[in-house]
Amino acid sequence: MVRESFQEQLSKLRNDILQMGNLVENAIDMAAVALVNQDLELAKKVLMDDDKIDQLQLTIESACLSLLALQQPMARDLRFIGTALKINSDLERMGDYARNICKVVLQIGSEPFIKPLVDLPRMAELAQQMVRENLTAFIKQDRDTAFEAALHDRDINKLYNDTFIELVGLMTGDARTIKQSMYLLFIARYLERIGDHATNLSEWIIYMITGERLELGDMSTVNKTNPQE
Amino acid sequence: MNMLKGDYMGNKNKMETRNLNLYYKGFQALINVSLPIKENTVTALIGPSGCGKSTFLRTLNRMNDVIDGTRIEGEVLLDEGSIYDAGVDPVVLRKKVGMVFQRPNPFPMSIYDNIAYGPRIHGRKKKDDLNEIVENSLRAAALWDEVKDRLHKSALGLSGGQQQRLVIARVLAVDPQVILMDEPASALDPISTAKLEDLIHQLKSNYTIVIVTHNMQQAARVSDFTGFFLNGEMIEYDVTNIIFTAPRIKRTEDYITGRFG
Repeated sequence: MVRESFQEQLSKLRNDILQMGNLVENAIDMAAVALVNQDLELAKKVLMDDDKIDQLQLTIESACLSLLALQQPMARDLRFIGTALKINSDLERMGDYARNICKVVLQIGSEPFIKPLVDLPRMAELAQQMVRENLTAFIKQDRDTAFEAALHDRDINKLYNDTFIELVGLMTGDARTIKQSMYLLFIARYLERIGDHATNLSEWIIYMITGERLELGDMSTVNKTNPQE
Repeated sequence: MNMLKGDYMGNKNKMETRNLNLYYKGFQALINVSLPIKENTVTALIGPSGCGKSTFLRTLNRMNDVIDGTRIEGEVLLDEGSIYDAGVDPVVLRKKVGMVFQRPNPFPMSIYDNIAYGPRIHGRKKKDDLNEIVENSLRAAALWDEVKDRLHKSALGLSGGQQQRLVIARVLAVDPQVILMDEPASALDPISTAKLEDLIHQLKSNYTIVIVTHNMQQAARVSDFTGFFLNGEMIEYDVTNIIFTAPRIKRTEDYITGRFG
């Protein structure tokens, strides 16, 4: 094997990306638990931990840029480093959304929920699943797993639409629910965005494995009903 | 820019080899090489030492003819005509298909006489004609401004990078159609290399260029198409962008990512 030090650096980058993925997956998990249990301490912990994600993002970015400049990678190495650079940003954004969810959890505080939370935890679960499956695909170089991970985004979008319609219904019926409905809607929106970034993970990991550029985002279901789009 | 590189796919084949085999005494140096060379493009040939890429390059203007014990099978076409046909004069062929080597090899004479040497051999004697050819060739080789005031000084006084551009000007002076370059930048510093690469870009609009290089970044920078050679075979040929981002064949991938051996 030639270029051993280069291979070592690639291997370190791979581990850093995995660590980044794990931190983000945990952040989404903790944000969902903090929301459901109204665990304000846990929400604060997610806010604090986001710094680690931001730090790691910088480390990974610098490593990628150094490798590009110093090793002039080609073919699969180039695709790997390009992918690392891109999914690094996606993961960091996902971490930010987990943090944003926790900020809203702190706003809601211990105020009783206006409705049982079913769809939001389900969305968080799907988002985590997308991250986990993509990390598996990343390690095993498994295109099919990355592709299947992206399919969950449709379910997330559907749940987002359902939540949107339900909360608008609540607000229309009872003005006292407006404030919390808005908070919950923000959370739904953040989870929906996490799903979109997780779809990007699939797209880039597939590119890394095979060189194909796919557009896996399925925004059609969201566009129909979302006035923001 | 990379997307543009794919646009040359429709260019006609200026040259082409079909099932080219080359034997040197008992050894087969090229095995069934079929490769198109598209007009007005740069084709880079890459591969480890001894893979046959330089040998292949030399078959394109019959430079291997001068090596005893060399035998060729298959076809090498220039504008669809075989260059190994009995009626083809190798000297005329090499005027159409010029060559630039690894080490700049200016003749030990003035800059002017270096450029005028080829045209004179081909019968151009008029002073005005020669002046024009010398100036145009040096301009096309991006060397004119640097040497116009010392045309009658020895070419050996030029820097390595200037000498290599002089050699290119000398090739251009006999009005070639195809220019073969065998590791033209391997003896040059980075600035001379950058100038040479710029020159290759400019020349492409009027000439067809084939370049052998060990420097893969250089192949990626200057070429539109790349062929990867290994053990006398051409393993993969494609648009340069594809070869360097997502080659289809594992041996190509292993070579360009440095995982060989």
